[in-house]
Amino acid sequence: MANSIKVLSDKCVGCGQCAGACPFGAISTLERPEQFKLAVIDLNKCAYCGICSQTCKFSAIELKKDASQSSVDKSEYRGVWVYAEQRRGEIAGVVYELLNEGKRLAKQLGTTLSAVLIGDGIKSKAQDLINRGADKVYVCDDPIFIEFQDDPYTSILTQLIKKEKPEIILMGATNIGRSFSSRVAARVRTGLTADCTSLEIDVETRNLQQTRPAFGGNIMATILTPQHRPQMSTVRRKVFKEAKVEEGRKGEIIDCKVDVATLVNRTKFLGFIKDASSNVNVGDADIIVSGGRGVGKSEGFKLLEELAELLGGAVGASRAAVDSDWIPYSRQIGQTGKTVAPKVYIACGISGQIQHTVGMSSSDIIIAINKDASCPMMQTATYALEGDLYEIIPNIAKEIKTIRCND
Amino acid sequence: MDIIVCIKQVPNTTNVQIDHETGRLKRDGVESIINPFDEYAVEEGVRIKEKIGAKVTVITMGPPQAEAALREAIAKGADEGVLVSDRAFGGADTLATSYALSTAIKSLGKFDMVICGKQASDGDTAQVGPGIAEMLDIPHVAYVKKAEAADDKTIKVERMMEDGYDLIESALPVLLTVVKEINNPRVASLKGKMAAKKAVIKILDAATIGADALKIGLNGSPTQVMKIFTPPQRTGGEKFTGEAREVAAALVKRLSDLSLI
Repeated sequence: MANSIKVLSDKCVGCGQCAGACPFGAISTLERPEQFKLAVIDLNKCAYCGICSQTCKFSAIELKKDASQSSVDKSEYRGVWVYAEQRRGEIAGVVYELLNEGKRLAKQLGTTLSAVLIGDGIKSKAQDLINRGADKVYVCDDPIFIEFQDDPYTSILTQLIKKEKPEIILMGATNIGRSFSSRVAARVRTGLTADCTSLEIDVETRNLQQTRPAFGGNIMATILTPQHRPQMSTVRRKVFKEAKVEEGRKGEIIDCKVDVATLVNRTKFLGFIKDASSNVNVGDADIIVSGGRGVGKSEGFKLLEELAELLGGAVGASRAAVDSDWIPYSRQIGQTGKTVAPKVYIACGISGQIQHTVGMSSSDIIIAINKDASCPMMQTATYALEGDLYEIIPNIAKEIKTIRCND
Repeated sequence: MDIIVCIKQVPNTTNVQIDHETGRLKRDGVESIINPFDEYAVEEGVRIKEKIGAKVTVITMGPPQAEAALREAIAKGADEGVLVSDRAFGGADTLATSYALSTAIKSLGKFDMVICGKQASDGDTAQVGPGIAEMLDIPHVAYVKKAEAADDKTIKVERMMEDGYDLIESALPVLLTVVKEINNPRVASLKGKMAAKKAVIKILDAATIGADALKIGLNGSPTQVMKIFTPPQRTGGEKFTGEAREVAAALVKRLSDLSLI
C-alpha cells in the first residue's frame, strides 16, 4: 500500500489552477502537441494534501490516500481536558482562556470539562479552576513536580490519560506546553496540532476540527485526528477570551495517586534566573506600536518607543525585525512570537504576512503605516496611512502633544 | 562523542511575494535553504566538536534534492550527511516524521547527543524534536540557549522560558532543541566547501532502516488535513494619503474622536 496521486490526462485542460494552489510548488504545466497543456506533479515534492484535487474544476486529479489506522475504541474516550499549566504556583493566563473554549466544546459534545493540575503544593489552586468553568480538577501533587521537567510531567500526564481516557486535551502553546505535549502525544501515539487558531466540533463524529496557519504560506489548514484519541491541540495566549470567574462554583477535586517509582527522571533542575526585560509584557498592553522590515534599522525602533511611551503602550515587532536583531525576541508578535489583542495596534512598516497577522488580527483597531499601499496590512487595516513612517510617526507624536496641550 | 544534528530543507520565505489574486505565496524560483533554526543546531554541534572532540552527523528526511542541505551543513563543519528518503515517507505528520527520523538515528549506531532547531520555519510546530527524543527513549530539553557538556555522561544547559531561563542538567544521551540565542552560525570556509563537494551522502530508505510501514507516511500519521483555505481578509477601512503632516493629523483626529487619545 502506498499513497497515489495522478493527473487524468484525458480530463486535464492545463488551466494551471492546481499549480497555483499547491502549497509545495509540486505542480507544473507541460505543453502537449495539439492538445491542452497538462499538469504534472513532482512526487518528490508532493505531500498528498489533496488541495489540488479540491481545486480542480475538471476532476482531473485522482488522489488515493492510505488511511491511518488505530486500534483505539473511540467510544471509550469521553470528556474535554485542559492542562492547567502552573509555574512556581501561578496558573498560566492561557489556562483560563482554554477553560472558556473547553467549556464550549464540552457543551457541544454533551460531556464534562476537566482541568489537570500538576505541581507541588498547588491543590489550593483547584477551586480557581472550578470557578473558571472546570467540572473536575485532577490534582497531581508531589515534590517531584516542584519545577517543570519533561520526564516526570510526561509520565504523570500519560498515566492519567491512559486511565481516564479523555477525548480532547487542550494545552497552552507555551515553552512548557510545547516541550512536553509532543512527548505525551508520541507516548500515547496520537495526533497533536500546534498553535490552533480555531477549534470546532463535528458533533456526529465527535472529531475536533483544528484550524491553524499552514505550510508557511498565506493559507490556513483544518486538521483532524479522525482515528486516534485523545485529540490534542496547543493554543497560544490571547487566541480565546478568558473564562469569567464564578465565585463558589461547585466542582469535584480529585487527588491523583502519584507513584514516584513509576516516574523516570533523567534531568535535574538546578535553578532559575529571572530575565528583567521580560517584565515588559507586550501581550498585556492596550496599545501596541509594532515595527517590521520597513523600519529598516534598529535606531528606527527608538521612534516607535517614543510613540508607544506617549500613548502608554508597548513596542512590538514582526519576525523580520527580530531576525535582523533590531529588537529582542521577547517583543516578537506572530506565529513564532506572541499573540496579542490590544485596543489599538499600530503596524509600522509591516507588510502583513499571515505569520504575523495570526498574532494580532483580533486587535480592535489596526493602524497601518506603510509606503506600499498594496500590501496586505494596508489593505486590511482600519486606518491605512500611506507614506514614510519616518515622516508620519513624528507628526503623529506632534499632533497628540498639540491635542493634549489644548485640553 | 557522537553528535547527530537533525535538519530540514525549507523554502526560503523571507523574501517571498504574495500572489494578490490567490492570496498565496509565489513559489516560482523560491530557493531551498536549511531551516534557519537548524543552522544554530549545526553550529552548536560543530562547536562542541571543536571544543571536546566529536563526530557530527547531519541527518534529514526529505526528497532527493534535500541532499543539498546536508552538503551545506558539511561545508559548515559537519562530518557526515545522511538522507532519509523514500516515497513511503510522503505525507508524514510530526508523529510519523519523528518515528522515521528516530528509526534512522537508531540504525546509525551509538550517539551521545541529538541537536535540533527549536522548530522549522515552514511548519512551525516545534513537535518533531521532543517526538524523536520520546521514540529514542532519551531525555530532551527544549529551547536551549546555552549548552555545556560537563563530562561524557552529563550536560548542563540553559532553557529559555517566558520569564527568564532555567538551569537544567541532563544525563547523556540527550536531545536538545536550540534557539537562536545559543550561537552565531559561521559561514562555510573554502575548505569546508571542498569537503562538502567530495562528501558521500548516505541514503537510507524505509526498508534499510527497518521502518514499520504502518508508522510512516500518511499511514503513520494520526493527523489529517481536512481542508486548506485562504483566510477571509479583514475588510479594509479608511485610507489616508498625502503629506505626512496631513495624514498624521487625520489619524489623530479619528483616535481622539474615539477617545483613545
